[in-house]
Amino acid sequence: MIMANNGQDVIVVEDLRKSYGPVVAVDGLSFTVGRGEIFGLVGPNGAGKTTTVECLEGLRHPDGGRVRLLGRDPHSDGRSLRERIGIQLQESELQDRIKVWEAMDLYASFYQRSVDWRPLIAQLGLEDKAETPFAKLSGGQKQRLFVALALVNDPDLVIVDELTTGLDPQARHAIWDLIRTVRDRGKTVVLTTHFMEEAERLCDRVAIMDRGRLVAMDTPENLIRSLNAENRVVFVPDPGFEPRLLESCPGVTRVEASTGRVIVYGHGERLVADVVDFIIAKGFRFRDLRTEQASLEDVFLALTGREIRE
Amino acid sequence: MRGLWKLTWTEIKLFLREPYSTFFTLAFPLMLLFLFGSIYGNKPTPFFNGHGSVDVLLPCYAALLIGTSGLISMTIYMAVYRERGVLRRLHATPLRPQTVLGAQVLVIFLMCTLGLALLIAAAKIVYGLRFMGNGFSVLGAYVLSCLGLFSLGFVLASVLPTARTAQAVAMALFYPMMFLSGAAMPREILPLTIRRIARFLPLTHVVDLLRGLWLGDPWSRHLTEVAVLAGLFVVCVAVSLKTFRWE
Repeated sequence: MIMANNGQDVIVVEDLRKSYGPVVAVDGLSFTVGRGEIFGLVGPNGAGKTTTVECLEGLRHPDGGRVRLLGRDPHSDGRSLRERIGIQLQESELQDRIKVWEAMDLYASFYQRSVDWRPLIAQLGLEDKAETPFAKLSGGQKQRLFVALALVNDPDLVIVDELTTGLDPQARHAIWDLIRTVRDRGKTVVLTTHFMEEAERLCDRVAIMDRGRLVAMDTPENLIRSLNAENRVVFVPDPGFEPRLLESCPGVTRVEASTGRVIVYGHGERLVADVVDFIIAKGFRFRDLRTEQASLEDVFLALTGREIRE
Repeated sequence: MRGLWKLTWTEIKLFLREPYSTFFTLAFPLMLLFLFGSIYGNKPTPFFNGHGSVDVLLPCYAALLIGTSGLISMTIYMAVYRERGVLRRLHATPLRPQTVLGAQVLVIFLMCTLGLALLIAAAKIVYGLRFMGNGFSVLGAYVLSCLGLFSLGFVLASVLPTARTAQAVAMALFYPMMFLSGAAMPREILPLTIRRIARFLPLTHVVDLLRGLWLGDPWSRHLTEVAVLAGLFVVCVAVSLKTFRWE
């Protein structure tokens, strides 16, 4: 899944620093992003994610540190760099009365190299909306248009900031599919999100940020595994089943039972299978079985001692 | 360059789709022309030192157009585009910053000029408009006046915190100016005290300069107006360079 960093890093950030007056937004951040990965900057609001991507985009001048995208300095070489990157900004809108096709046509004219935008908006399900003014689009349609605008120059690198905030789950899943398609076409994607489920399901690698600093960086799977957290198996057994018996089942650390429901805590990838086999071997049956695993939310909690705030 | 023309053309279309800006730039000056034209006609009258009413009022309406464009259109467009992130989104492309902003200024200038062309054509056809000045002088005065008032509108959009306050302040400045400067109605009907106060309004200088040159005055009689408008432009550009924000 992850390309080796054989000097092919699309983004290199070293010791990035940025303050607004007395407020330190980014405090010594370093990371690299390899070609063809979906890289997520994850953290609560105010963690410094947007400032970081704005420094990448050349829209903000860092106070210190080194930033290189595609081998270039986004501040001194911003215009030529923006030829090759696609940008979606957080909380940025288009003119109310601009039609979808006009926006595509306009932004295509800004680049030396641009793709035909007609198939692009068709792929994003906006072909019926070509004549619709921006102000009349739904939230999801606006976000899809922003994605289309970010792709109109056939960029090598796409940077999106809180792309799915405010969308309903269905629109959110559609945008995730779209981002995966972009990655599968060989492009590199950097995204920010304060939505841990999004990071976990979409990103190949995540950098967890808190208060301007990097807290952890790895694949979501490795981060969750590194917690060494217990998994939970929850079920309702037939009457007469003695929950305590499960304590002798392999991998199980402890068992809780209340109002007919049993919660089994344990480790290992075979935990569910072992528990199920154990119950059946004792001649009982069960219903409503589900498993609960640690998530990136738990990683954030474990690393910062705080819940991520929505 | 392709980006600049495309952006300018798109913004022209958007401007014309906005009923408010279209009305004040293209329709309102014509309404004033026909209203006062139908009352006073364009026969030479001693009230205007032997000039026709329409001949005197036309440069005043040109000043009114410049005032509307600079203080209303420029301020509101820039403030709204900044507040809603439209400018920032344009800035996040390979366009030069001066292209992004220049296109907006160019559109307002072109729309103002279109309004003026309609006004002159209507006055010529309906009232036999007479022109006693030098075409290049009037054109130069028109451009200078646009620079002065547009830059003032741009500064208002830059320094005021929200689009709503920018709009309110622009209106609060524009409406008194429109009546006191002699742009919407001839200053001959205003009391002397008001006319003295009006000397402090930038639009008054636009009215004086355009009206004078239109009726054949030499530049030498309007050095004060030139100095005021050029000074206003220089100060506003300096303030803009310090205060302009993309967001």
